[in-house]
Amino acid sequence: MNFNRKHLLGIRELEAGEITHLLDTAETFRDISRREIKKVPALRGRTVINLFFESSTRTRT
Amino acid sequence: MDFIEKARIMDSPRINRALARLASEVVEENHGAGDLYLVGIRRRGVPLAERMADKIADLEGDRPPVGILDITLYRDDLSTVGAKPIVNRTDLPGDIENRNIVLIDDVLYTGRTIRAALDQLIDFGRPRRVQLAVLIDRGKEHRELPIQADYIGKLVPTKKSEIIKVMLQEFDEEEGVRLATAASNGRFFCIFC
Repeated sequence: MNFNRKHLLGIRELEAGEITHLLDTAETFRDISRREIKKVPALRGRTVINLFFESSTRTRT
Repeated sequence: MDFIEKARIMDSPRINRALARLASEVVEENHGAGDLYLVGIRRRGVPLAERMADKIADLEGDRPPVGILDITLYRDDLSTVGAKPIVNRTDLPGDIENRNIVLIDDVLYTGRTIRAALDQLIDFGRPRRVQLAVLIDRGKEHRELPIQADYIGKLVPTKKSEIIKVMLQEFDEEEGVRLATAASNGRFFCIFC
């Protein structure tokens, strides 16, 4: 089962197969995080942005 | 994408005879099986690597370890591939540091898969040597990178409009190597051959 959505805005609408696919993919990335070189070239040239809409409960400054 | 089969290049016995010859050549070139480490690429390189390891064991009494490489995340065409890529696990048992690796794949076409495999191997460590064995070489004129195989099962000169399909019992109903051509005059994508 493949993941054909362009956006992921929540998990309620996901089918079981899609969730399994995401978890299987996460497993391969867990393996990568255990290697010495923890990066792969897949997103080279792309920008990844994290947006936080609420204040962090950990960051003080 | 519809394909019309044009020719059957190899049947199952021929595939296995080619693998037996490749195993002999590998063992001859490397003076035995002692320090060999076979790595099968993606899907179909893996059963080919397992069969070669068996044949090397028959010849030398020593079965080399077999690793699995999924090169999906190292492809240089991820943004252009239509369907979302599926990543499967890479498994390289033990350390590849200073090892003598033989990469194994079913078809050599543009060479980009092997380029990705080399980049991925280097991220795991520094092998002493990397060689390449392929069941089918589609011809030097298709190469987009300076990459060649050390061991070739069969050289099958092809056109860009053609495709070579390697079918193995581990994944497919019938085993064999087939030459096919695109059915319509629609655009032909060879996805990362």
